[in-house]
Amino acid sequence: MKIAITAYGESLADAVDSRFGRASKFMVYDLDKDTFEIVNNSQNLNAPQGAGIQAAQNVADLGVEAVITGHCGPKAFSVLKAAGIIVYNTEAKTIQEAIQLFKEGKLTNTGSPDVDAHWV
Amino acid sequence: MKIAVASGKGGTGKTTIAVALALAADEPVQLLDCDVEEPNCHIFLSFNTEEEADVEVLKPVIDETKCINCGRCAEICQFNAIVNLKIKTLVFPELCHSCGGCSLVCPTKAITEEKYRVGILQKANSIDLEFAMGKLDIGQAMAVPVIKAVKALADNNKIVIFDAPPGTSCPFIQTVSDTDFVILITEPTPFGRHDLSLAVDTIRKLGIPFAVIINRVTAKENLITEYCRQQNIDIFLQISEDRAVAEAYSRGENLLQAKPQLKTVLQDVIIRIKNILDPGKTQGGC
Amino acid sequence: MKEIVIISGKGGTGKTSLTASFALLTSNSVLVDCDVDAADLHLILTPYNSITHDFYSGNIAVIDQDKCQKCNKCRQICRFNAIRRQPDEIGGEYSVNPLACEGCGVCVYFCPAKAISFPERNCGEWYISDTRNGKMVHARLGIGAENSGKLVSLIRQKAKETALENSNDLIIIDGPPGIGCPVIASLTGTDLVIIVTEPSLSGQHDLKRVLKLTKHFGIKALLVINKWDINPEMTEKIENQALENDVITLGRIPYDSVFTTAQVNGKAVVEMPDSDVVENIRSIWTKIYSFLK
Repeated sequence: MKIAITAYGESLADAVDSRFGRASKFMVYDLDKDTFEIVNNSQNLNAPQGAGIQAAQNVADLGVEAVITGHCGPKAFSVLKAAGIIVYNTEAKTIQEAIQLFKEGKLTNTGSPDVDAHWV
Repeated sequence: MKIAVASGKGGTGKTTIAVALALAADEPVQLLDCDVEEPNCHIFLSFNTEEEADVEVLKPVIDETKCINCGRCAEICQFNAIVNLKIKTLVFPELCHSCGGCSLVCPTKAITEEKYRVGILQKANSIDLEFAMGKLDIGQAMAVPVIKAVKALADNNKIVIFDAPPGTSCPFIQTVSDTDFVILITEPTPFGRHDLSLAVDTIRKLGIPFAVIINRVTAKENLITEYCRQQNIDIFLQISEDRAVAEAYSRGENLLQAKPQLKTVLQDVIIRIKNILDPGKTQGGC
Repeated sequence: MKEIVIISGKGGTGKTSLTASFALLTSNSVLVDCDVDAADLHLILTPYNSITHDFYSGNIAVIDQDKCQKCNKCRQICRFNAIRRQPDEIGGEYSVNPLACEGCGVCVYFCPAKAISFPERNCGEWYISDTRNGKMVHARLGIGAENSGKLVSLIRQKAKETALENSNDLIIIDGPPGIGCPVIASLTGTDLVIIVTEPSLSGQHDLKRVLKLTKHFGIKALLVINKWDINPEMTEKIENQALENDVITLGRIPYDSVFTTAQVNGKAVVEMPDSDVVENIRSIWTKIYSFLK
C-alpha cells in the first residue's frame, strides 16, 4: 500500500509540510517494501489559485490510498475524497514519526477538511 | 460624456467629490457607484434604492450522464476550476473565470453554462439624478463582473459619473476604461503623492485624458502641486482642509450641503472637461 | 509564531500609519505590506538592501503576426474583449490587449493557424528588505496586473519563511482596503485581525461588510476607532454595533495632525515626541499584544 506525505525535504528526518496545496514536495512511501520516492509539487507554488485542487489531482494520479498532511482545505479534500483517498492530519514533527504513527494506527482521519476554505 | 472619479489612495475624497459633482451638474446626470466592494455614494443621497437585480456570471455544470471523463475540460482550464479524476470530473465554481473554454472543448457536449450570482445591482431615481450601484457578495473574490454590470447601465445621453474603487489594479482599470476623462482625487501627504503617481502611470497607459483635484489642502504650494508641475498635470481645484466638512461628512451630509459655494466651482469643472474634450465647441463659463 | 493583520474596509482610516507604529513597538517581528495595489508602508519604514524577485502569475496571449490569418475566430471567441483589430475592418491587424487579457487560453487553443503563444505573465515584483525594525516583505503589482490575491499569498508565505529563518515570533501584515480577493488572501489563516475604522457613515457602512468577512472566515477581530472626536455619537454607535458582533473596541484615537507630520518626516507616529496620541497608540498595542498570548 502506498501513502503520500507532504514533505519539506527529501529524507525521512525532514519535517512534514503543514500545508497540503502549497507543499513543495510529496514523499510517496510504499508501506509493503519500506521504500519511498519524492514527487515535486513546485508547479503549485506558482499556481494563481486552486493550488490545493491541483495538488490533489497530482496525488490522485500517484495511485496512493492515503495522504498524511498538517492541514487540508475543503476543495482539495473533496478532490481526494472523490478519488477515494483518505486524508490523515498530523502534528508529527518529522516524516519518519508520521509514518510510524500511521503504521501503529494512531493517526486520525476525521472524514472532513480541517481548515476553512482559503484564498491561497 | 463619461467621467470617472478615481484616486489610487483610498480615503482622499473620491466618493465625496463624485457625489458633489453629480449634484452640482445642471444637466441630466447619472451617478454610477463602481466601488462594488465598499459602495458609499448612496449614504450621501436622499432616496432609498428602488430596484434590485442579481449580478450573475456563467459557471459550468457537468451532465454526468454525458461526461466521459476525458479530461479535456480540466486541461484547458487555467484556473484549476475543473478537476478530472479517472472516474469523476469535479467543478469548483468559485475559481471559474467564465471564459467558456471547457464547454467549447467538451466532445460530448456534457457541459452547459449556468447563471451563478456574485453580487447585486441597486438603482434609484430622484429629480436631481439617476443613480445605480453594484455590491459584491461577501466572500466572492472577483469584483470585475459586478463593475461591468454597473457600467452597462450607462446612458450615453447624459453626463455619467463613475465613482471608482481605490487602488490601481483590475477593478480600478475596469471602471476607468472607456471613459472620456478621469479626475484623480488626492491629498497633500506622502502617501497621497505616492499613490497618485501609481494611478497616473496606469491612466497614461490607458491613454485617457485626466486632471487632479487636491482635497484637504493646508498650503497652496504642497507635495501634490510640486508633483503636478513636474509632470505637467492640470490641477482643477484645491479644496481646503476643513474640520467642519469632515464632521458633516461623518454625518452623511454631502459636500454641497457643507460648502454650498462649491456648486458653481464644480459646474465649472464639468465645463472645463467639455472644453478639453471638444475644444472646437467652447462652452460658456469661467 | 503569530500572524496579525490590520485592515480597514474603507480606505483612508489610518491603517497603514497605525501598522507602522505597531511594528515599531515590537522588537522581533517581520512586516508584510499586503496592499500591493498601492503600497505605502515603505514610505515610513524606508527599506534598504532589497532583494528583488520577479512575480510571474498566469499567462498572457500573444499573436504572431507572421502566422495570423486574420480569420477573426479569436475575436469572436474571446469573452473579455481582449482582441483588438486595428484598423477595425477586414484586413486589420490583430493583437491582444494585455490590460484586458484574462489569461484563459481559449484563443490559443482554438486558433486554426496556431498563431497565438501563451507565455507566463510578469505581473510585478516582490522584495525582501531590511528596515530599521527588521525584515519587511513587500511588493509592487505591475500596472493592470490581476491576481493581486496571489501576490499577497506569495509574500505572506515568504514572510513566514523569513520569520522561521530568523526566529521572529510575530508577523505584522498591512492589509489592503476593501473586501475582495487581496483582502481575503491577506487575512485567511491569521491569528488576529485589527480593524481600523473612522466614525463616519461611510466608515460604519464599510465596517459592517468587513465584520461579515471576518465572521465568514472565522477569525477573531478587534476594533480601533481613529479620528473618533470627529463624531463622538457615531463612535459610540460603532462600538456598540461591533460588540453585537462580538468585536471589542481596543481604543479610540483622536484626530491629530501628528499623523500627517510624522508621515511627511518619514516616521511612524510613535517615533514622534511623546504626546497623548503617542501614549494612546502604545497602550492600544499593548492590549493587542496581550490578545496574542
